[in-house]
Amino acid sequence: MAMIAVEHLTKRYGRQLAVDDISFRCEPGTVTGFLGPNGAGKSTTLRMICGLTTPNAGTATVLDTTYRSLPNPGREVGVLLDASAQHAGRTGREALTLTAKVLGVGNGRVDELMEYVGLSKAAGRKRVGTYSLGMRQRLGIAQALVGEPRVLILDEPANGLDPEGIAWMRRLLRDFADRAGTVLLSSHLLREVEAVADQLVVIGRGKIVAQGTKAELLAATGVIVRGLDQGELHEALADAGLSATPGSDGALLVDADAEAVGRAAAAAGVVLVELRPADTGGLEELFLSLTSSNAEEALIS
Amino acid sequence: MTTAAPALSRPSLGRLSAVELRKSADTRAGFWLLAVIALLAVAIVVLQLVFGEAAEDDNLSSLVSSAVQIVSLIVPVLGILLVTSEWSQRTGLATFALVPQRERVIAAKSIGATVLTLAAVTACVVVSVIGAAVAGGDWDLGLGELGRFTLYELITMLGGVAFGLAFMNSALAIVMYFVIPIGWSILGETISALDKPADWLDLGRPMTTLADNAVAMSGTDWAQLGTATAVWVGLVMVIGLARLRRTELK
Repeated sequence: MAMIAVEHLTKRYGRQLAVDDISFRCEPGTVTGFLGPNGAGKSTTLRMICGLTTPNAGTATVLDTTYRSLPNPGREVGVLLDASAQHAGRTGREALTLTAKVLGVGNGRVDELMEYVGLSKAAGRKRVGTYSLGMRQRLGIAQALVGEPRVLILDEPANGLDPEGIAWMRRLLRDFADRAGTVLLSSHLLREVEAVADQLVVIGRGKIVAQGTKAELLAATGVIVRGLDQGELHEALADAGLSATPGSDGALLVDADAEAVGRAAAAAGVVLVELRPADTGGLEELFLSLTSSNAEEALIS
Repeated sequence: MTTAAPALSRPSLGRLSAVELRKSADTRAGFWLLAVIALLAVAIVVLQLVFGEAAEDDNLSSLVSSAVQIVSLIVPVLGILLVTSEWSQRTGLATFALVPQRERVIAAKSIGATVLTLAAVTACVVVSVIGAAVAGGDWDLGLGELGRFTLYELITMLGGVAFGLAFMNSALAIVMYFVIPIGWSILGETISALDKPADWLDLGRPMTTLADNAVAMSGTDWAQLGTATAVWVGLVMVIGLARLRRTELK
């Protein structure tokens, strides 16, 4: 059973397609990284899953039903959509207490959670308006976890966390998934999710540009190649029937092995200055190349 | 570990109302708004006892009437902020994620607002009783009058909730709450064709009568109060709920 199932989800704002026919599933015991640059449609997708935004087409189900028909959603799905969306004049502990009261869990759980996310008693007495973004993220995580849910949906939970906080978050999410929980978290930074995600869904300009297990995506990254004249190289590769995508720093990402690329360049007399497997740079190259489809279009036209 | 059964039942309206009530007082702004309401009641009673004419004003029902009316200047703001803070402070994202049946949140807010109204009227009565005891005035507050004052305050409060919901913006809702009814009254007075309907849709006039301990409510007064309330509270609330059902929470 898929804990989260998104099928052909589409959202239009005026003439702009914010989310364009997106489908993916999240299974129990896994962490899914939902990746994409800012404005790619990640938050809109997560809001549609949580019933806060109505899609123009497609469906999203959580635990085999729509989110809005869950009787007490917070007991089954922990949601953190925006850590800064808190009442500035309310104390941290009070904000968590309100969530606990709606969910019908006891006050003992509030103290337990404050400690679990690393917010001290003194921090709990302070108003959220005085919190750093990192502290708000910790409070938001506590609110998501207070109902002991089976599914977590988190939008950019690592934003504002320091390196120690990011490591803590990774451990927490891994631990949650290892106890058969399901995690869907978004990020615009690949490095944040690379270490923790089992599955990646990469989105750019509302469309899914890549999805699969981390291993699958790593295997499919091909080679990075750079020529003395990138325009000539691009043509040479195209003549040889190899598709090339511009990467982060002007190098080309080619979905082929090094020999094929080398032969194509030699045949056209293009001087190569760099040719290496792409996976040495991890998923970064893939992520940047896939999401810079804007750059690709600019290059072609 | 908790059992699965309570997790699968939705939070009761009573529980949600208690949460909304708590939300109205657990912030600094909320606390001071409630404090100002209490202070206004004290201030008007003191002023009336000091400057009013003993024969007319130093009786309990007159004191409560004044207190209830002065408090009604702030009460709608309380009702408005109860709703609009979900947008101005962006807490609506979490509130409506936890309770996706959005109209239940508004029902809980309305119940919370009703409890606050009863508390406000009680505060007015307590302050007036102390005032009357100090001044040695009459103790002539009847149940009927008390009911009228409570209804007056309740309509005021729920009007605020309705306007807050219809506009989903604190400043806009507060301005509109005070401007639209005045605008309607002026329109009714200046355009003769609107003369008749204006009487039935003008909430200000029957409300003033309702809160005045010295004037009886006629059958027409009650009828006009009913129609005007249906429009300025009921219809505005319906518009707000329809808007809420469609709106995207960001």
